[in-house]
Amino acid sequence: MPLLLLLFDTILLTTLIGLAIAAVLSAEPRSAVMLFIAFGLWLSLVWARLGAPDVALAEAAIGAGIGGALMLSAARRKVRRDSGGDPSHEPSGCDASGDPGGDPSSNPDNTAGEEAQ
Amino acid sequence: MNRDLALLIGILVSLFAALLLWIFYATLVGDPVARLGPLALEQLPASGVSHPVTAVLLNYRAYDTLLELAVLLVALLGIWSLGPAPSGFRPAGPALTVLANWILPLAILTSGYLLWVGGHAPGGAFQAGALLGSAGVLLRLAGHERAGLPAEAAQRWLVVAGVAVFLMVGLLLAAFGEGFLTYPKAVAKWLILLIETAATLAIGATLAAAYVGGRPPGIRSPCPSSESPSSGNPSSGHARS
Amino acid sequence: MNAAFLYGSAGILLFALGLWSFLVHEPLLRKLIGFNIMGSGVFHLFIAVAHNGDGAAPDPVPHALVLTGIVVAVSATALALALNSRLEAAAAKASDAEAGSRGAPERAPSSAHHLRWPSQ
Repeated sequence: MPLLLLLFDTILLTTLIGLAIAAVLSAEPRSAVMLFIAFGLWLSLVWARLGAPDVALAEAAIGAGIGGALMLSAARRKVRRDSGGDPSHEPSGCDASGDPGGDPSSNPDNTAGEEAQ
Repeated sequence: MNRDLALLIGILVSLFAALLLWIFYATLVGDPVARLGPLALEQLPASGVSHPVTAVLLNYRAYDTLLELAVLLVALLGIWSLGPAPSGFRPAGPALTVLANWILPLAILTSGYLLWVGGHAPGGAFQAGALLGSAGVLLRLAGHERAGLPAEAAQRWLVVAGVAVFLMVGLLLAAFGEGFLTYPKAVAKWLILLIETAATLAIGATLAAAYVGGRPPGIRSPCPSSESPSSGNPSSGHARS
Repeated sequence: MNAAFLYGSAGILLFALGLWSFLVHEPLLRKLIGFNIMGSGVFHLFIAVAHNGDGAAPDPVPHALVLTGIVVAVSATALALALNSRLEAAAAKASDAEAGSRGAPERAPSSAHHLRWPSQ
């Protein structure tokens, strides 16, 4: 195998494992999830290198994309709860079914629009 | 958790990893074993598609994909059984709204392209469905309460579409053809495309519904409305969607 | 051969790393990240084994297996997160109601109502 390619592979894999270690060791939920998303995107890059573009596409879209979005919203809820947000507005159980729209100003989930800007 | 215990678990896991590495190395240097890959590539002309991964997914191992769609459906049923969905986000500001307006049509178009191109190049139902699902996630973040999904009844039909069409094709083939999910060569391509289209819609709807995270906000309320303490609030969610 | 071992062992390392994190970390979100990295390691091993050297066509069978595996992993993650959020909300309401019944009696009646299973 050409030496250059071996070097390239080594850098790819070192970064991959580095990202995984960082994601696993990060105690702050939000940064852990973001590192996990970065890990998933890097993994899809590695799989494209290994001749698996189908799987790379699926991993980037499903594993890193939707999985990351799911975990990110869970992490936001957790950060909010830990920082003393009022948990009684957490929509769940029968409360929310009577009022699916909720009160926009008091719901803890409602800041996503602001965060996303 | 106790630091010593974490260290002990780390040592045990490292030993396990070393064992796995040794087994992997022994497998690599050992005698080559028969692989399914050459067989799959050899039978490709009879499969109805020219992309080997799609052929494996929808033809050779169609059972696997059918059951995988069923797993996805069961996971969503589990999420729905846990209670109603949390309420949606406040409508986003102009930046995200414009971004969503630009990206959503592109995502839907790309999803259709990926679905079609899966027959002969990388792509297919999973990637196309994932793209549809992420379009739904974006819509939900931009303030659409149901993530772009239709009302509850239509949503239920949508999420079972993949399994239903797959099973229907399989059963029809079992009754009138050569056997369960054994496609006749002449129509294999169109049957695969039909199944993939239904699977794309089902995967997209299921992933978006999983992101919403609960039973769709329907008309029926599982609780008597007199008990609900917040029934006096203005219900802005329905008006928006 | 060399590259196959390099990539495959990276998959095994990822598996071990995820397993360790899954076992030692307490919060569910960190467990889930470990669990997903564990799965990614297995997927990576599959992809590395399917790679037949540069230029040769890779084996499509492991690719298809990994594709289905990714979707199943993400649906399991979604289910786990939904279960966790339901559980945390119920626990928060229970402790809320308990504090309320000591401090402000008018909030107490909501406790039984919130902990009931959804009736459907």
